[in-house]
Parts: sequence; C-alpha cells; structure tokens
Amino acid sequence: MFTLHFENGILAVSGQLNRDNATQFQKSARLLTVKNTPNTLDLSGLEALDSAGVASIEELIAHFNPEDSQLKIIPASPDVEAVRNTFKSPVQIVDKPPQPNIFEKLGGNMEAWFQSMGEALVLCSELFYWSIVGIFDRKGQRKGSFGAQGLLLGYNALPVVALLSFIIGFILSLQSAAQLKNYGGNVFLPDLLAITLVREMAPLITAIIVAGRSGSAIASEIATMQVSEEIDALRMMAINPIRYVVVPKFHAITVVMPLLVVFSIAVGELGGFMIATSMLDLSLGTFVSRSVNIIKFKDIFISLTKSTVFAWLIVIIGAYNGFRVRGGAEGVGKATTASVVAAIFAIVIADALFSLLYLL
Amino acid sequence: MIINNMEPIISVRGLEARYGEKRILSDISFDIFAGQVTVILGPSGCGKTTLLKNMLRLHEPVKGSVKFWGEEVLQMDETSFNAVLRKVGMLFQGGALLNSISVMENVAIPLEQHTRLSRSVIERIIRVKLDLVGLHHAIHLLPSELSGGMRKRAGLARAMVMDPPILFCDEPSAGLDPLTSASLDELLLDLKKQLNMSIVIVTHELASIYRVADRVIFLDEGALIYEGTLDGARQAGIPTIDRFFEAGKYE
Repeated sequence: MFTLHFENGILAVSGQLNRDNATQFQKSARLLTVKNTPNTLDLSGLEALDSAGVASIEELIAHFNPEDSQLKIIPASPDVEAVRNTFKSPVQIVDKPPQPNIFEKLGGNMEAWFQSMGEALVLCSELFYWSIVGIFDRKGQRKGSFGAQGLLLGYNALPVVALLSFIIGFILSLQSAAQLKNYGGNVFLPDLLAITLVREMAPLITAIIVAGRSGSAIASEIATMQVSEEIDALRMMAINPIRYVVVPKFHAITVVMPLLVVFSIAVGELGGFMIATSMLDLSLGTFVSRSVNIIKFKDIFISLTKSTVFAWLIVIIGAYNGFRVRGGAEGVGKATTASVVAAIFAIVIADALFSLLYLL
Repeated sequence: MIINNMEPIISVRGLEARYGEKRILSDISFDIFAGQVTVILGPSGCGKTTLLKNMLRLHEPVKGSVKFWGEEVLQMDETSFNAVLRKVGMLFQGGALLNSISVMENVAIPLEQHTRLSRSVIERIIRVKLDLVGLHHAIHLLPSELSGGMRKRAGLARAMVMDPPILFCDEPSAGLDPLTSASLDELLLDLKKQLNMSIVIVTHELASIYRVADRVIFLDEGALIYEGTLDGARQAGIPTIDRFFEAGKYE
C-alpha cells in the first residue's frame, strides 16, 4: 500500500508502489493536485518499487513538470533509488514509421504484383529448362525421387480421388436420371455422364483434390526448407534447388495426373452405372457402348492435356509460394494457404480457357 | 511476500521425465532459493531444457513433486497454476515471440492481460524494458525482422516485464556476442539485487556461469550429479564436471 500527502506544495509519497496499485496512485495524485501543482515531490518515504511503480512516478513527474523546469524531487532511500534508476533509464522514443497513403499502397501493391509475376516467370523458365534437361541427365536429382514423388502425389491420392469421383458420378446420374425419365430419355444418361466426366468433371475434381492435397504439401515442404536454410545449404553445395527439389515433383505429377484423371473417369462411370441400372433399367452393354461411342479422340486429348496443364500449375504455384516465403513458421502457413487458393483459382481460369477449345 | 533466503522457493523432489518410452530425467531433487542465480548446466542433451519444461508443466513429468513457495504445482488445477505462472517469467531458447505482432505488442501481452495499468504506464514500462535489453530501436519491428540474438533479447524483455519473483532463462547467452552476453548478465545481476529476483538459468556458457552463478545444478545423462556452489563443483572431484570445466577453460 501507499500513502499520499499534499501540503505546502509538497507531494509526499510513502509505502510500496507496484503494478497492483500504480493506477490507483496516479489517479489519487492527480485528484490531490487538481487545484495546485506541487513544487516538490517527496519520495523519501517510499519503501519498495517495481517497474510499474517507477513508470507511474515518471508519468506523474512528466505530468507536473512537462518542461523539466520547476519540480524538485526529494530522493528515496538508496535501495529504492537504485531500482528507480534501473527502470527509468533514458528512453529514446522511436516513432512508428509513417504509414503509406492509399495511392502509395496501390502503387506498392502493383509493383509487388509485377515483381512476383516476374519471379514466377523466372521460376517457370528455370523449371521447364531443368525438367527437359532432367529427362536426359538425372544428375542433380535425388536418386529414387521420381518414384517416391509419384507415390506421394499419385498413388496416395487414389483413395480420395476414387471416393469423390464415385460420389460425383453417382450424383450426376441421380440428378440427370430424374429429368431424363420425365422426357423418356433414359438411354441418353451414359452419353451425358461420359461427356461431363471426360470433358469437365474428372479433370477439374482431380485437379482440385491434388491442389488441396499435394499442392499444399509441395508449398509447405519447400517453404519449410526455405526458412530452415535447407535451400541455402543446397545452393552452397552448388546444387540447383529447383532441379533437386522441384523437378522430380514436376516429372512425377506430369505422369500421374493424367493417370489419376483416367482413374477418376472410370470410377465416376461406375457410380453413374449404379444409378443407370437401378433407376433407369439400362443394361451394362447399352451403358458401355453408348459411353464409349459418344467420346471422341478430341475429348480425351483435351481432357488429358488440360489435366497436365493443371498439374503444372499446381507444382509451379506451390513451388513459387514455397520459395518466396519469409518469416519462419508463420510464413510457412501463409505460403501453404496462398498456394492452395492460387492453384484452385488458376485451375478454374485455365479450365475456362480450355472450354473454348471445344468450340473449335 | 517476504521470503527468507534460506527457505527454498522451489523444491523439486524425485522428478522423472520421459519422452515416450525414453527416460530423459530420473530421480531429480534440488532446491532453488530466493534472491539467488541458480545455473542448471551440463553437456548437450543431458536434459537441462527438459527439466525446466517439466518444472513449469510445459511437459508433464511421469512422477515426482515440484513445489513453488511450498505449494505442489503438479496436481494444481489450471486456475491455481496460472496464478503461480503470473509470478514467473520465462525466456525461451529462440525468444518465442508471436510472429504476427510487433515487438512492443509482444512485450505488452503480460501487462495488458494481467494488470490494469494505464496505456501510458504500460508503454513506459515496455520502452524501459526494451531499453534495458538494448532493443529500444526495434520497438515497432516485427519478430521476423529481428536477428536471432535480438529475438532472444526481446523475449527477455517480455519475460521480465512483470518483474516476476522468479525468472527462468533457457540458454540466454547462446548466439549472442560476448559484449551483449556480458551486459545481459549484468542486467540479470541487477534484477537479482534490486528486486530480490530468483533467476534460474539453463546454460553451458562457462563465461556466463562464472559471472552470474550463486549455485549450480549439474546434470549428466538425465541424472543430477552435483548441487551446490560453483567453487564446490570444481573441487568435488567428479570426473564429468572436471572434464566440463577443463574443456571450457580456453573459451
């Protein structure tokens, strides 16, 4: 506890001042001196102080004596003064750096955007160069990395691709069957399902699953390597990190993504077949023959081409976000989220562009 | 609370810690006294940091007893233990700052959460504490903009911002240059002297140990092999301790 006494211009403080009573002390001192400003602050009765006590005394001194002129201070005991001296060391005020206005922010963002596009282009060119070189020369890549990445990006994604593709095929058929039945168009269900799956749903759903599952893994792996200086260590060992880390993923995903799409089409067809036989009484022969006949080479070609492009987008965006990460563990999380969002966005845009090809 | 120097403020008895099946610490017993700097030392991997984390329940020990001011903390409910933690400051090895907020906001957290001090007093305290650790210029920076040593010093400012009666420091001088390390030791000694602060330091930096240690606790392979004064440790004739000091004398 503390006591305050104000008489003849002398404000005397005694007792203990700490973080539990510092706010009360400030309020009481200001109330006592609301009419007359003290000319002396007597600290001789102080028995104990902590840093909050010191700060509240300094605040009070600054309040009474803004120009550092008149207020006389009677010091406390040597022990208490030692604490006061430790916690009132000359403080240099460092102002917050000025915040940019809206135009500066806009300009800054534009500049950052152009810069990041430039960096992404450099990464793309390096990646395509090393991936072509890497086909003929395996040096500079980890042994067995292609197989390991193939398993990681492709094989491990099979269950989730299978489950979602089956459900999508099932739902598509269920929704279509209800409408087709009304018009007696039961027999067109296989056509509708095959075209939808091959041209659109299988590549898109597979790409979104891979972006969420493998794209985030690629971004977080590279980002972690970046913040823990593993990428710098590779550079110092004269190893190109893109060639060593990214190219095996690029090769693997280029091979496994079209395979996943074919798998997704097959499983989606299976889901659709269950509805076709149970609700529309279509036979297996009719279902298969109509499905196969409606699909043209162009459909399969565009489907597999766009799945490859989606795969490249996923790796490039994941690697780009991983390499540009700054700021420790928090940066890794941000890079991972950014890579998934950007990859899905890029996939949808690319899908829209591919859709135009069907008009040709 | 007035505490007799000869009464332990922390008592550890029969502490055993495991990570999974692996036993890290076995049958550790010692006392920490008020107003003293106690250094926990020993070779790398001997369990120093694990001991600290088990005392503070960041990792739950398998068995044993840890008492702060005579109260058993291992069985305490969260509310009671939080009341104990408010009287404890902890400096982590890497500083453990929250990355998304500035240094100033990091140091302000305990004051904002546990006191009703006015904003101006809080800011003054933060500036003083950052000034004491030589970081007044970094007050508005984000942790990601600091070097490893600066992060550690900001962590120390946060650990001591409440003037806790007990301050735990995990490797405070590791990664710091000798001048900064020495000034940090001076600061710890000032805190001990002026606020009767008890300081527990985990380190194996001999220069720092010589400067600050009142008592040392020596661990080796998860067991306590010596507890007492620094001079006593050097004269105890324990081969591990002798090798430790012998190897470090050319530092």
